[in-house]
Amino acid sequence: METYKLTVNGQPKQVTVDPDTPLLWVLREDLKMTGTKYGCGIAACGACTVHLGGIATRSCVVPVSLVRGRSIVTIEGIGEDHVGRAVQNAWVAQDVVQCGYCQSGQIMSAVALLKSTPKPTDTNIEESMGGNICRCGTYVRIREAIKAAALQLK
Amino acid sequence: MVCSLRTSPRIFFILFVCALWSGMPSRVSGQSGSPKPTATPVTRDAGLAAWQQVYSVLTHPRCINCHTATNYPEQGDDRHRHLFNVVRGPEGKGVPGLNCATCHQGANADRAGVPGAYNWHLAPLSMKWQDPEAKILSSAQVCQSLTDRTKNHNFDGPAILKHHQDEPLVLWAFQPGQRRDGSARSLPPLTHDEFVAATRTWVEAGTPCPQNP
Amino acid sequence: MAATTKIADNLHLSRRSFLRVSATAAGGLFVSLYLDFPLAAQEGGQSKPKVYPPDAFVHIKPDGKIVIQVNRLEFGQGVQTALPMLLADEMDADWSQVVAELAPAADVYKDPLFGIQMVGGSGSIAHSYQQYRELGAKTRAMLVAVAAEKWNVPASQCRTEASVVHGPGGQSAKYGDLADAAAHLPVPETVTLKSAADFRLVGKKIRRLDSPPKCDGSQKFGLDLDLPGMRVALVAHPPVFGASPKSVDDKAARSTSGVVDVFEIPTVSKGTAVAVVAEKFWTAKQARDRLRIDWDLSTVDRADSSQLQKQYKELAATPGNVALTRGDEKALDAIAASNHLVAEYEFPYLAHTPMEPLNTTVRFDGDRAEVWAGSQFQTVDQAAMAQVLGLKPDQITFHTEMAGGGFGRRATPDSHVQREAAAIARRLQGTPVKLVWSREDDVQGGYYRPMHTHRVEIGIGADGMPLAWHHVIVGQSLVAGTPFAAMLIKNGVDETAVEGVVDTHYGIPNFHVSAHHPTVNVPVLWWRSVGHTHTAFVMETLVDELAMRAQMDPIAYRRKLLNPDATKVRGALDLMEKESAAWRSSLPQGHAAGISCHESFGTGVGCAVDVSIENNRPRIHRATLAVDCGVAVNPLTVESQFQAGACFAVSQLMAKGAITLKDGYVEQSNFDGYTPPYMVDAPVTVDVHIVSSTEKPSGCGEPPVPVLSPAVANALSRLTSKRYRTLPLVTL
Repeated sequence: METYKLTVNGQPKQVTVDPDTPLLWVLREDLKMTGTKYGCGIAACGACTVHLGGIATRSCVVPVSLVRGRSIVTIEGIGEDHVGRAVQNAWVAQDVVQCGYCQSGQIMSAVALLKSTPKPTDTNIEESMGGNICRCGTYVRIREAIKAAALQLK
Repeated sequence: MVCSLRTSPRIFFILFVCALWSGMPSRVSGQSGSPKPTATPVTRDAGLAAWQQVYSVLTHPRCINCHTATNYPEQGDDRHRHLFNVVRGPEGKGVPGLNCATCHQGANADRAGVPGAYNWHLAPLSMKWQDPEAKILSSAQVCQSLTDRTKNHNFDGPAILKHHQDEPLVLWAFQPGQRRDGSARSLPPLTHDEFVAATRTWVEAGTPCPQNP
Repeated sequence: MAATTKIADNLHLSRRSFLRVSATAAGGLFVSLYLDFPLAAQEGGQSKPKVYPPDAFVHIKPDGKIVIQVNRLEFGQGVQTALPMLLADEMDADWSQVVAELAPAADVYKDPLFGIQMVGGSGSIAHSYQQYRELGAKTRAMLVAVAAEKWNVPASQCRTEASVVHGPGGQSAKYGDLADAAAHLPVPETVTLKSAADFRLVGKKIRRLDSPPKCDGSQKFGLDLDLPGMRVALVAHPPVFGASPKSVDDKAARSTSGVVDVFEIPTVSKGTAVAVVAEKFWTAKQARDRLRIDWDLSTVDRADSSQLQKQYKELAATPGNVALTRGDEKALDAIAASNHLVAEYEFPYLAHTPMEPLNTTVRFDGDRAEVWAGSQFQTVDQAAMAQVLGLKPDQITFHTEMAGGGFGRRATPDSHVQREAAAIARRLQGTPVKLVWSREDDVQGGYYRPMHTHRVEIGIGADGMPLAWHHVIVGQSLVAGTPFAAMLIKNGVDETAVEGVVDTHYGIPNFHVSAHHPTVNVPVLWWRSVGHTHTAFVMETLVDELAMRAQMDPIAYRRKLLNPDATKVRGALDLMEKESAAWRSSLPQGHAAGISCHESFGTGVGCAVDVSIENNRPRIHRATLAVDCGVAVNPLTVESQFQAGACFAVSQLMAKGAITLKDGYVEQSNFDGYTPPYMVDAPVTVDVHIVSSTEKPSGCGEPPVPVLSPAVANALSRLTSKRYRTLPLVTL
């Protein structure tokens, strides 16, 4: 067991856990922040996506020992960011979600895309979102929502 | 080279240049700074043999999986296309939302079975060591790539040696961590020290390349 | 009989109810279900319509908020918005004040037709359409009655709008202010429903109520539940179905810091498994990984996909139990061999893999229990858990949690996950325990859509139409050994294996369908659209092949072959043709259009896809879907279901879209080996068109699925001239 100081959505947090504990489970069980989801545990689905040091990161494969002071932003905090807010609004306006379980991760990936590529092409969207699984299959509306968010952010 | 011993200032100058010329290696120059005196000069044959050892490491999955000719990396000892639709991206670091760093951190995450090292990313396309169908390029072809200053970040021999010695991603290949099932990833045929030694020999021989088959 | 009566009373059932409870030979207790309609016929004459008390469904708060209980699990299909829409519309409620909740398990929330609380068969809207409308209308009537009395005016002179009653003399009263008094009134037995012209919500594109919390991380799913003192449990299941441990070395597991207990529990397959309970998921997972279990595989059948393939091929060559016979069985022989088309199809096991891994939380307190589960089968699960805990079902408070997908996986007749959870909770009496199935548990845990082989021989007439059609289907029965068997297995044929073939709307004069249901040691389950997942693929690719042979346009051929009374399929086919005509006639080089049409769960669907081949995979540029589902309560929900359902349907085509077994072991373990569609695999754009209808609504949950894969295969056939008869598509 080790103690780690983490910055989550701008707030300082402290946890004492096994160093190998994935950041995902530290967030969900030690910090009680369940917006970030467990879908597969092997980085295949993206449901666990957070922003770590500004980079979209799959928290299920990052042991808390490798966070090393980088700031963490989760779905619970992404709305503080104007790109995050635009994406969430677009998701609601376009009625994207079905079961919704994958959408935290989808939104975090979409925000990463739009923050770096404000005018994404269809190829940009497909490449950046290409590693997120939606089992319900809401891909068509995800594409539309990203384009809508991009228009909002112009 | 036979140099005339006739003396006239111009001829003397030519003689002087000849004398210098005959003392230099035939290809890429030796170590940075003044060349270390070696006990015996490394022969071309010895250099080529050392190169084969270097080549055996470069073409091992731990290295060649990121030296692809395609829009994506490879994974595993069977060198299958990296899963989850990851792509090269404009700088070999993936794309926003799906960067290499999205999963690969600064060190191996053994419990998760995800390898990691500082600045995990793909080698540039200029440093591809396989063709688009994943067929490994020949020893001659890979040697050409490595020594082509227009393709290799303008590395000379000593720079290549330093790259093999110090680059974190190269070092990673020799401590590649565990797979998710707890088994160790397979290692290149040489240890890192052996790899560096073979590189040094090859560089001292003037980085000779085998002829095209 | 006495035992049956007692149990029936405990389950609040009348003896004349269509729900029967019986003891099984194995000593277990199951609720058996009558899946039949209409209800009146079941009871031999006029039956009393069931009265649903509105106060169990609607709670109007003094501040005006209207909380509507949804008698179904919401797991993406949009029922949590669509059913409240029906109620709110008839009630003339202010939609902005409506809050929807997922109802806990209770008698009053049972499906009016099936008599258990459930989601399945794409029946949510179909079965509760009338019910929720009546609830809304009755609530309105009671509110108006209170206002009318207060103002001393006839109720008929009052009108309602947006949660306000307006009197003839300009009086007005808010629903929130009338609610208390209304609750004391008797519920009217009959009520007049709105005419469609008066709908304010129904038929409109209304956004989902659960969207905002699902976009900001605040929506809690079952897996997110956290209770004081809660423990987390993982179970080490046998690697071959039904096996038990010979020996368990749990030293390393127990000594993992944070582990609470390690013990064996029974499983429904008569084997046992090993439960690990810890303070946290990660601890439990680490500890479970440290278990050293020596499994006894000597007494269980070790299913093997390649062996099964051979066995099924042999079976398919022989006639099975007759599912349907029409016309002259000898007609096929009378047709020259050169006019025969023989085709064999193979389908693999499919896993559902909903995004939220299976989980259930239970707290057992000796004489009561509390359960939290995203269950599609609350009544069945509650009864099963009661049995494990030694309780009566009504001693269990069963909360319905928002679920991250289901596709049928959360409706298990044997309630196996809930039984595991109950067994663990029983051991840890007083402590809430959350049982979690990891993704690996899920992929390897069985309950798959079964493997199937079809063998079809068609005798083609001079006009290119099928004159004779002999069809043999091989595959495990879904319902054998479950309470559904009595209803769904007739003459040795499981109806769920042959639906989509036996009920085809194609006018095939000499039609003979039979089935074999081998027994295999692999648990199986319905997978979104059930039998139609494989039967539609066979029918729609064969019909397309016949069309090509006859050199007829695939849509025209279908139109010619469909029975005249196939109104819904014909309507959908026509609308699809119209809406896709422009792009179908201007396809770029290297693209082809693929057509299909199919009816399932009462809904007719027509589909056209634009496909090219990229990187050796089908690239679906576009899908046009037309649907006749009767009244579309929420056209936005219908559009979403068909767009997303089309993407979901690509599952069957994925190169790694198969569960295979080798010597008893499931070969895949996670999304790396069993891969659902990512964005790049799914259609880029899907346009959905709804046939205008005033018929009562039929389902939209499953109907999107059957049409997509045959349409894509048909497009591919046009590009490559090959026929695709084995799924998944590995090479094109």
